[in-house]
Amino acid sequence: MLLKIEPRSEPSKTMKYMSPLIAAILMLISGLIIFTLLGKNPVEAFHAFFIEPVNDLYGIGELFIKASPLMLIGTGLAIGFRASIWNIGAEGQLAVGALFGGYIAIIFNDSNSFFILPLMILAGAAGGIVWASIPAFLKTVFNANEILVSLMLNYVAILLLALLVHGPLRDPDGYGFPQSVLFADSAILPILIEGTRFHAGVLVACAGVVIGWIFLLKSFTGFQIQVAGLAQKAASYAGFQYKKLIWIGLLSGGVTAGIAGVLEIAGPIGQLLPSVSPGYGYAAIIVAFVGRLHPGGIFLSSLLMALLYLGGESGQMNLDLPAAVTGIFQGLLLFYLLAADFLINYRIRITTPQQEAI
Amino acid sequence: MTVTPRLQLKGMTKIYPSVIANDSIDMTIAPGEIHAVLGENGAGKSTLMKAIYGVVKPDKGQIIWNGEVVNIQNPAYARKLGIGMVFQHFSLFETLTVTENIALAMDDYTSMDSLATRIKNVSEEYGLPLDPGRLVHSLSVGLRQRVEILRCLLQQPKLLIMDEPTSVLTPQAVRVMFKTLRRLADEGCSILYISHKLDEIMELCHSATIIRGGKVTGYAIPANETATSLAKMMIGKDLPVCSQDKPLIDGKECLSVKNLSKSSADQFGTDLKEINFSVRGGEIVGIAGISGNGQQELLYALSGEKPVEDNDCIRICGEPAGHLNPGARRNMGLGFVPEERLGRGAVPGMSLSNNAILTAHRHDMVDKGLLKFNKAAEFAQKCITGFAVKCGSKDDPITSLSGGNIQKYITGREILQAPTLLVVSQPTWGVDVGAANIIRQAMIDLRNNGSAILVVSEELDELFEICDRLIVIAEGHISPSLNVAETTKEDIGIWMSGMFPGGPAEADTTALESSRNEEQHAS
Repeated sequence: MLLKIEPRSEPSKTMKYMSPLIAAILMLISGLIIFTLLGKNPVEAFHAFFIEPVNDLYGIGELFIKASPLMLIGTGLAIGFRASIWNIGAEGQLAVGALFGGYIAIIFNDSNSFFILPLMILAGAAGGIVWASIPAFLKTVFNANEILVSLMLNYVAILLLALLVHGPLRDPDGYGFPQSVLFADSAILPILIEGTRFHAGVLVACAGVVIGWIFLLKSFTGFQIQVAGLAQKAASYAGFQYKKLIWIGLLSGGVTAGIAGVLEIAGPIGQLLPSVSPGYGYAAIIVAFVGRLHPGGIFLSSLLMALLYLGGESGQMNLDLPAAVTGIFQGLLLFYLLAADFLINYRIRITTPQQEAI
Repeated sequence: MTVTPRLQLKGMTKIYPSVIANDSIDMTIAPGEIHAVLGENGAGKSTLMKAIYGVVKPDKGQIIWNGEVVNIQNPAYARKLGIGMVFQHFSLFETLTVTENIALAMDDYTSMDSLATRIKNVSEEYGLPLDPGRLVHSLSVGLRQRVEILRCLLQQPKLLIMDEPTSVLTPQAVRVMFKTLRRLADEGCSILYISHKLDEIMELCHSATIIRGGKVTGYAIPANETATSLAKMMIGKDLPVCSQDKPLIDGKECLSVKNLSKSSADQFGTDLKEINFSVRGGEIVGIAGISGNGQQELLYALSGEKPVEDNDCIRICGEPAGHLNPGARRNMGLGFVPEERLGRGAVPGMSLSNNAILTAHRHDMVDKGLLKFNKAAEFAQKCITGFAVKCGSKDDPITSLSGGNIQKYITGREILQAPTLLVVSQPTWGVDVGAANIIRQAMIDLRNNGSAILVVSEELDELFEICDRLIVIAEGHISPSLNVAETTKEDIGIWMSGMFPGGPAEADTTALESSRNEEQHAS
């Protein structure tokens, strides 16, 4: 028996949707093997990792809280990725968004106006835009590689946030700890479901996904983005301005990451800390690709990725698993997805040596 | 005893999900025979040839090679048997040199230097001179095809398959290629010649198989047939004829190009030198020329994909447009059909319907930033019906269409927008006779409604059929214009080598004389 790889005459539509599923299943199998090698009972570990975190209402609330920044940023990044513009800087754009939004919360800490939260979200969006415009400007003017620029700016942004939280934005009554004042209630997203932490920000994120879906698949600008990604010469032939699309592609990621940053500090965290994200900006890249760069798919894949975060925490608490296990699962998922995508354009056939000889 | 056929096909069948491309096709080719496979676009010619070359696996049928049943698994095996193929769509790496490209297809290792020498020798021997060190991206389509042919010739094939080879060649180049092919046939190499050009087939081929809708509709000896009888077998009805009405005279100047000079960004490209011409409403002006003489550069400048420095040197409908991008020029009434269909004129991976949006979005397809997909679908359907585009439906990916049908669709899309000025590159390249007439008729109708049309083509027959005036481009120079009624193909042919007033070879009168002498010898 031989395995034979053949190119398909046209890309398989089934495989396009099946490959994330195949990747998820392979990730689970590999995970179980890893659990076993670590000396854990795989069934127990599986339960602790994937069932326990979401077996009550509180857990489901947590799932959505973790998923919201991922789906929001994933959608924003997908818009750029569709145009072949690779914004790897969502992590930094998130940090700057949190910084801008948090600054509003800190200076209006005495106010209980209804407008604080909307203002924080606007400020967060502005922060994300500012940070994403740097690679956009450098790419359109100097043709600088946006992958490198946006990636390196992540470190700058995270250090900038840390610097300010250690310095001017530090809580003066906080015994020298590097953290801001706790936000007033007017700067905290309201809880929507009693007994959980499910806050209004989840709805903001879901709205972002819907807007992204309309923008990408129903609007003329979204059409231009798709054309630019599929055939740049055709975009140029039609007179679509690629520079404009570069700006849109990078800023869409910046806006969503900036808002996600505000949702984090105004939601579960409630103040500015030196570190406001457990790598959402990077995880969202995986979310975007697992979701096939389609907002609907991104919604689903963000839930899966959120489960990995929760499972990782639960595994640490209940089974003494190392913290790195979340990262391993994320990596496995992306790795298997890229491998399974091979099946979109190729198929594997089993042939017998006799057949081969004919 | 009869000679063993070089190749025999029995009951070849290939079924695709949406269409039966080949339906039990039988065919026999003798050694040294030039055999035509004649059929419209999408008739299944290319699929059949790909099956012989091992690119496509037939679902049923036998291939008998020199009397033995063979199972051609892949092109490497086909080459081993002695089958070479020149594709309609070239398979060359643009960033590699001629030699490197050919080396990639060689199944045995040879050193680059000796290969380059062999390429040079074989190319000169067969009258297809080519510099082996040149990078492919700098070659014109005609020369790229030469690379493909040479690649096959180096393997000393017993059967050469040529898929629509003359669609990229000038009359003179076609003559050269026919000479090469006849010589190969005399040496015993069989040739499968795929084309829809009836006159070429009648001149070159010994026998012909005619295919329509995936089935063989007849076998013929082309020399005994007329163009009408062959066409009837091919399209199932009489050839449609373009109705040429009198052109409108004295339309407004829709395009004027004044002192346009532009050095090419590509080091192997052609610089445009002091180009002057104009096109008025109600006339079709043709630009003749051998490919690679500045046509691409001129078209990029006219379309706005590569704007020019002086805003005034290109005027559309009287307004300066040299700085404008393609979108702004389209808003002024420009329509443009580029030479490359997939990837420039159309987006691979998108449906026909979405490809309509690409340029026709100006025609009520966008409302408050959102797309009106039903309008796009309506437009696509109109285009499919009006230009007889063969496709499953308007929602199929454009890549599922054959090359000629994509061309019909793109040309149709531009014409249906009723542009004031239409610029078309190779309007009927690779398009069959029936469809070519639809396209030409549509251009003539557009002209009769007062639009200005500029056609850049390497097919002189076509230019003479539809144009009112002709100009010639050679080495980036533009000739004065000639009324089609007052000139001949021979004159234009001489101008194409640069020998016109103000042309690059104007002073070279000896060349002119020698070329005339040659012609006399030839006739």
